[in-house]
Amino acid sequence: MNTHIAKLGKKTRMSDKPKTDRLWLDIRRDRYLYLLALPGILYFIVFKYVPMWGVVIAFQDYSPYLGMLQSKWVGFEHFVRFFSNPDFMILFRNTMMISLLNLLFFFPLPIVLSLLLNEVTHHAFKRTIQSIVYLPHFLSWVIIVGITFLLLSQSSGIVNMILQWLGFSSYDFLTNKDTFWMLLTFQNIWKETGWGTIIILAAITAVDPQLYEAAKIDGASRLRQTWHITLPAIRNVIIVLLILRLGHIMDVGFEQIFLMMNGAVTDVADVFETYVYRNGIQNGQFSYSTAVGLFKSIIGLILVIAANKLAKKLGEEGVY
Amino acid sequence: MKQSIGSRLFHAANYAVLSLIGIVTLFPLYYVLVVSFTDSREYAEKNGFILFPTNWSTAAYEYLFSTSAFVDAAAVSTFLATIGTALSLIVTAAIAFSLSRKRLRGRQFILVAVVLTLLFNPGIIPPYLVVKELGLINSVWSLIIPVLTSGWYVILMKSFFDNIPVELEEAAMIDGSSDIGTFFRIVLPLSLPALVAFGLFYAVAYWNTFFSAVLYINDYAKVPLQIVLRNMLVDSSTSTGGAAAVEMVSEQQIPTQTIKMAAVVISTLPIVCLYPFLQKHFTKGVMLGSVKG
Repeated sequence: MNTHIAKLGKKTRMSDKPKTDRLWLDIRRDRYLYLLALPGILYFIVFKYVPMWGVVIAFQDYSPYLGMLQSKWVGFEHFVRFFSNPDFMILFRNTMMISLLNLLFFFPLPIVLSLLLNEVTHHAFKRTIQSIVYLPHFLSWVIIVGITFLLLSQSSGIVNMILQWLGFSSYDFLTNKDTFWMLLTFQNIWKETGWGTIIILAAITAVDPQLYEAAKIDGASRLRQTWHITLPAIRNVIIVLLILRLGHIMDVGFEQIFLMMNGAVTDVADVFETYVYRNGIQNGQFSYSTAVGLFKSIIGLILVIAANKLAKKLGEEGVY
Repeated sequence: MKQSIGSRLFHAANYAVLSLIGIVTLFPLYYVLVVSFTDSREYAEKNGFILFPTNWSTAAYEYLFSTSAFVDAAAVSTFLATIGTALSLIVTAAIAFSLSRKRLRGRQFILVAVVLTLLFNPGIIPPYLVVKELGLINSVWSLIIPVLTSGWYVILMKSFFDNIPVELEEAAMIDGSSDIGTFFRIVLPLSLPALVAFGLFYAVAYWNTFFSAVLYINDYAKVPLQIVLRNMLVDSSTSTGGAAAVEMVSEQQIPTQTIKMAAVVISTLPIVCLYPFLQKHFTKGVMLGSVKG
């Protein structure tokens, strides 16, 4: 008995001890570590895993009174209803258009801005500009949409005041279907371009300075150095960012759209989440809207996994 | 080294373009700040063409601080950004530390389970039903508990704790400290810079809390600042209407431009004050986090 305790005290792993005993002893030894992890583990179970299991209501006629266990199972009925609904194509089109416009107009800008910043030799100037352009990232969409409304309002916004002062007629920015997607893109550009430069600038900093020295000796201009050294060096980072972006093509700035949405632009503004919110939370169609959300999540999951596979194949570290 | 004319032109153009970008970024914020301090009569006279007010006025701010709706909402947001941040930091650091100890049984399993939560998003409705079942609807806690921690932050903080040498921990153990004692007395103080960085990011997220409140708070007395701001700024007629409806607009007269702008300034101010500290830390954060988001 005494030797037994001594062995435990030394935490030696005896091959003759049954496995379950050892496991129990290890758990006992680390009980405070488990205690530390407990609130976090509970959080992930209750707020991440229970909802993951909760998506089964997409296959039910869920009623809050009956609860998940008593509600009737209906199979894929809600999915069939969603796919045969004209809303489906509208949501899909809006999501794709907003994403593609962002890809086309927003995506290249951090790269361009990084290259411009990289050419700046005046250190304080560079730091100042960086400080300024990073700031909007931290502002909430409510603030940014609010400022947009204040500046672009047709009746009182300064932009329309200037247009009128210059002799143009005022322009309806906020309730205009034709320019709604572009407006979203511009907001995104204003908010996130600076932030996007951080990763690109980091990649540029990692370029071996000797390459530039060699190019200088060969008489290459700054432009040529950018073209032949900087761009090829950061090409991989750009490709990976692009792939990851494509993996998230179903994710549009939902808070932004929710805030920018109004009766006049619903047609072009409605995306999966706003639709889920309206039908689920506001109209109480829990099962139907869960099915819509689940469809989006599954497509998103497949795209993210595919994007990661691709990124890893290119020799870069993926998302997970 | 002497520069060619082309290169000098390029540099001049580059500085001009970058300055322009800086101005375009700052101008909306500057304009909002200036108008918020402008006398409402001067604002009306100049039709909004104000780059620098001649008559300064703090009337808009005085008005806002006299309305209970705004002050209460600011208090809710402050509560979230302080208590919420503190709770999030403790919970995140505790599980991250626990998972960083390689001897822990089941560590790999828990880690994988945490990472999986990042891949699949169950949408809006299932979490909403969970919050509802827990009876958190209309409670400020519904704005904290469902976002208490996140897989990213756990993983990031864990990789930070991985670098704390086991020897330090062992030394504390020999002195009779338990794992919990070690965590609070050795690990947390050693990780202060990281905690500050994570705390800043949590604080900004809590201060900017908006959509959770749309979902979970119907009682107008408990909404955070972003909701009040939305109701003030985004015209009620063009609003999509959230759970926290547009009661405020009917409750009082529709705010004038200067009042709206003052509201923007007040809600932006804490972020701007934190910004220098944020800036010190975010490069690390981006490299590890945002890109992977």
